[in-house]
Amino acid sequence: MSASVAQVLVEQRTHFVRRWTRTSIIGSSSFLVVAALLAVLPFMVNLSLVYSMIDLFILVILAMTWNMLAGYGGMVSVGQQAYIGIGAYSMVVLADSLGLNIFAAIALSAVVCGVIAIPISFLVFRLVGGYFAVGTWVVAEVVRLLVVQFPQIGGGAGISFSAMSDLSRDWRIATSYWIGLGATVIVVAACVLLIRSRAGLALTAVRDDMTAASTSGVMVTAVKRLVFVFAGAGAGIAGALIAVSTMRVQPDSVFSVQWSAFMIFIVVVGGVGTLEGPIIGVLVFWFLKQLLADYGPLYLILLGVIGIVFVLFVRGGIWGLISRKGRIELFPVGYNFSKKL
Amino acid sequence: MNLLDPLIQGILLGGLYALFAAGLSLMFGVMRIVNLAYGDFAVLAAYGTLIVVNAALISPLAALLIVAPAMAVLGYILQRTILQRTLGLSPLPSLLVTFGLSIIIQNLLLMFGSADQKRLSLGGVDTASITLPFDIRVGVFPLFIFLLAIVILSILSWVTAKTQYGRLVRAVSDDPATVDLQGVNPKQIYALATAIAFGLVAIAGLAAGVQTSFNPTSGSMLLIFAFEAVIIGGLGSLWGTLGGAMILGVAQTVGAAFAPAQQILAGHLVFLLFLAFLPNGLTRRKVRA
Repeated sequence: MSASVAQVLVEQRTHFVRRWTRTSIIGSSSFLVVAALLAVLPFMVNLSLVYSMIDLFILVILAMTWNMLAGYGGMVSVGQQAYIGIGAYSMVVLADSLGLNIFAAIALSAVVCGVIAIPISFLVFRLVGGYFAVGTWVVAEVVRLLVVQFPQIGGGAGISFSAMSDLSRDWRIATSYWIGLGATVIVVAACVLLIRSRAGLALTAVRDDMTAASTSGVMVTAVKRLVFVFAGAGAGIAGALIAVSTMRVQPDSVFSVQWSAFMIFIVVVGGVGTLEGPIIGVLVFWFLKQLLADYGPLYLILLGVIGIVFVLFVRGGIWGLISRKGRIELFPVGYNFSKKL
Repeated sequence: MNLLDPLIQGILLGGLYALFAAGLSLMFGVMRIVNLAYGDFAVLAAYGTLIVVNAALISPLAALLIVAPAMAVLGYILQRTILQRTLGLSPLPSLLVTFGLSIIIQNLLLMFGSADQKRLSLGGVDTASITLPFDIRVGVFPLFIFLLAIVILSILSWVTAKTQYGRLVRAVSDDPATVDLQGVNPKQIYALATAIAFGLVAIAGLAAGVQTSFNPTSGSMLLIFAFEAVIIGGLGSLWGTLGGAMILGVAQTVGAAFAPAQQILAGHLVFLLFLAFLPNGLTRRKVRA
């Protein structure tokens, strides 16, 4: 195989290839700084703010992993609540009934969701596009209807999560917050590493042109299945965090399709198919929620309208407006080819 | 246990689901989009009928003469203004927009209506029944809806197979750019198809409103049933959809005969069995997505 011009230039040492760009150095280090600052937040601000920040972490995890699924993999799922529910119930069973350590229980909840996502993927991958979307929804409904059959885990009424009830209220909230922050950092890092990896390159190719990716030797279905399982595990972590922060798992709430609505809104407003978009989208969503959540239906109508306006007129989302067509990236996921000075 | 009775009730229930599924598969067939707000538009039509009935003191059937054309106009406008902009190679925009519409409609209904169950009444007809041999009682209204579904599916398949509009629909579904070159505006065909689908959804919404009760969020379930009927029947086949709808209806009523609370779960499980073992549905035709 003949070497490309770029390869020749690199061998002649006039040019070089690097992963880290100025923006991604600044972006990634500020991400770490923000995470470090957030870690000390419970000592500085009101606990009710700390408590509502746990919601923010849950939404970051959901939006990041849904974006991998829909934004990169092209699979619009409206059934991620299946894994949120399974994750929440796994948490209760593992930590309460089996007495596992909370951190081990969260990790295992993610594993449970990932494993369950494998057989489900074989079913729903028979559907494409819009039918895939409704198919995932049906699966989520089936999981909900099956879960409420078991009185051992509370049936239709739900079950309490009591593994952390020994702690005082303040410590419980702070601990949930730190667990949420830690999980968020891990999930965001996992998304960045996944996109940087060989599978991520394949996934990015699938995002840009599925047919071209397939003819270039990308195993499209295998890559999609990997992402489907990854997103299932991510939603499972979010579910486990819901159990930890609310101390109660109610089937109608954890299996609610509203979670999917929130994920979609966040990713669409932030920027579909980018790593930075969901984080920006979560901030927008969270501020709107703090401002308007008391208005109930009106708030949700507004979210719907904003979401539609973004899909129709600002398809790249807020990050699309900022990033100047991908020239700015906050995470080192691409390769950059430049001349030596 | 007598299974003949739930079997017949299930087949009749299938008529209602077929009525729903017809519009959904029409929109998919023509534009390759799945309207996630489809069930919510049915519920919107049912509420619209309720308002007209209460305001004008007429029967729901008479109200339908106002509501169905109004829904068709709404569908036409929606297609020309919003949905048309979402069409393209990727299904993502249309899914996201229709999901947004679904949330908007549900919450508008919650805001202006109330969360409790509503029902449309046709007077004596809702509860009237005829007795068949073996002492099986069949509701007059479900029977009427079943026959109506067959009539509407016949008309739809006649229109797509024989009329000029049907030929255009099939041509646009295959290759919109070429149709455009021949001097026919595909956008017009799309908008008319959406108008027809919305007229159908108004009829289906009224039927569902009489046969069962409805609330602002019951549209999701209607969408799921219509979707299951389409997949069980096989994409792209109207009569397959009727078959799929009857299988779904029977699965639900027979499931309910064994375990009364598990009606919906039984339908879902039969759908998943079909997905696992007969993914192309009854008609076994492969359709590009």
